[in-house]
Amino acid sequence: MKPPKGPQFSPDLNVRADFPLLTNDPGLHYLDSAATSQKPTVVLDALRAFYETANANPHRGAYSLSVRATECYHQARTRIAQFLGVADSDCLVFTRGTTEGLNLVAASWGMANVESGDDIVVTALDHHANFVPWQVLAMRKGAKFSVCELTPDGKIDLDFLARLLTRRTRIVAVSHVSNALGTINPLTEIARMVREKSDAILVCDGAQSAPHFPVAFDSLGVDFYAFSGHKMLGPMGIGGLIGKRAMLEQMPPYQTGGDMIEFVHDDRTTWNVLPHKFEAGTPNAANAVGLAAAVEYLDNIGMDRVREHERTLMSLAQERLSAIQGLRIYGPPPAERSGVVSFTLSDVHPHDLATILDGEGVCIRAGHHCAQPLMRRLDVPATARASFYVYNDESDIDALVTGINKAREIFGYVPA
Amino acid sequence: MSQPRSSAEISALYQEMILDHYRRPRNKGVLEKADASVEMKNPLCGDEIALQVQFSGDEIRDLKFSGRGCSISQASASMMTQLLKGKSKEEIDAIRNQFRDLMLGVASAEDESRLGSLRALSGVARFPARVKCALLAWNALESALAERT
Repeated sequence: MKPPKGPQFSPDLNVRADFPLLTNDPGLHYLDSAATSQKPTVVLDALRAFYETANANPHRGAYSLSVRATECYHQARTRIAQFLGVADSDCLVFTRGTTEGLNLVAASWGMANVESGDDIVVTALDHHANFVPWQVLAMRKGAKFSVCELTPDGKIDLDFLARLLTRRTRIVAVSHVSNALGTINPLTEIARMVREKSDAILVCDGAQSAPHFPVAFDSLGVDFYAFSGHKMLGPMGIGGLIGKRAMLEQMPPYQTGGDMIEFVHDDRTTWNVLPHKFEAGTPNAANAVGLAAAVEYLDNIGMDRVREHERTLMSLAQERLSAIQGLRIYGPPPAERSGVVSFTLSDVHPHDLATILDGEGVCIRAGHHCAQPLMRRLDVPATARASFYVYNDESDIDALVTGINKAREIFGYVPA
Repeated sequence: MSQPRSSAEISALYQEMILDHYRRPRNKGVLEKADASVEMKNPLCGDEIALQVQFSGDEIRDLKFSGRGCSISQASASMMTQLLKGKSKEEIDAIRNQFRDLMLGVASAEDESRLGSLRALSGVARFPARVKCALLAWNALESALAERT
């Protein structure tokens, strides 16, 4: 398969035409990319091309079609590893997404290495997917489970974290970017603290960073990094876990079955090499190919430009939303956030706001964002969240503001 | 292709009656003496309700709710408590069924008239994602009735 052709961009990142769902529905203002992104034509084409020209079960057949499927799958891994700055692409294990990647580390490394009396540290900022697996692991192992508190503006309290770290700390789990607030966490500094004060492994939830700015795993300073394809223009059901080779090699398998074995004796089994040891069963080759097309597309734009585009939209959204009476924005200042604005409006519940915005064709997320520990600390049951990506522009923010003003009318804050 | 909601549908949803019960909920608080107490959460959105019921023979003598949520869930709880006070088990069962029909958009005009102010919630039927909000208090009621028996 030849790589999808990169589109041509104008300086203002005018790419909406590349996304069929958005062109099919011109009145739609999709501001929920932190939940899942829309897909460009090149990704849909890559999926179709795989099924039309290369579909067979990878790693199995002796016939040339299966070899082609294997090659496509392998090339996809190499391409995605390159995108995420991993020199050793065998250290990128395909998963269903971030959630499965984090559960893999908890079930495999965690069950093999954490002991009673050890300590696992997470943060109050994290998504349930980077919170609950560690909580369950701690309960199973009789380990201590510590939650790092936040500063009032929704950042990890680094002094608090420093006090939590001891020689008994075995795992520290942090997100690169908060899905609920958009806070960009200082990973380099956190990694330095973890190395200095503990012997813990550092696990990073990258679901909200890989799609939005350049990420180079090899210089990130973390031991594991999990990400989701569907949040970065790729298909649903594919993502990955990147780990350090030495650790991945020592870890027991996560799931067992076909493809992940070396030899099955009647009384024991030996494991295949990386990455196959962690990929039991028929791999999701088509979606891996789709994700490779997505990162190709993102690289053609340039991740620096993606970041710059979102920063521009964020500043504009911040400015326009701050001017609305009764509207409160949560989290640190825009410069310290990725493309997310989390807010509440007077006594209008976020669900009501989302329903009224839907009336204007605006899609936002309303709820606890799978971050109930964070919502408790903010002392709100829910927030409304608008999140931006490459296909958004100023008209989406205009529609958001119009919808919010409509909600203010309906709830009687301004005369209709 | 998704069809954005019309303004008319949105206006039909957010009637004055709903906003009034949201802002000034009736029967909100805690009963000193309750025969049944139920706490219920909507795990999807985190909304929560606590419902307390005091019975007198076959009737609901008093009931109160507390918790927090959207205008639909709060108004539904407030109007429900208003309507059910003093009603017998048989009447309550009928009202519950009528309200469910209202949420499914299949209530008859006769049924609707029996629901009193709850009719203001008829617009919810057009918003499948919000029906669960309107039903939260009613699900709590069902548990409270079951707890009693």
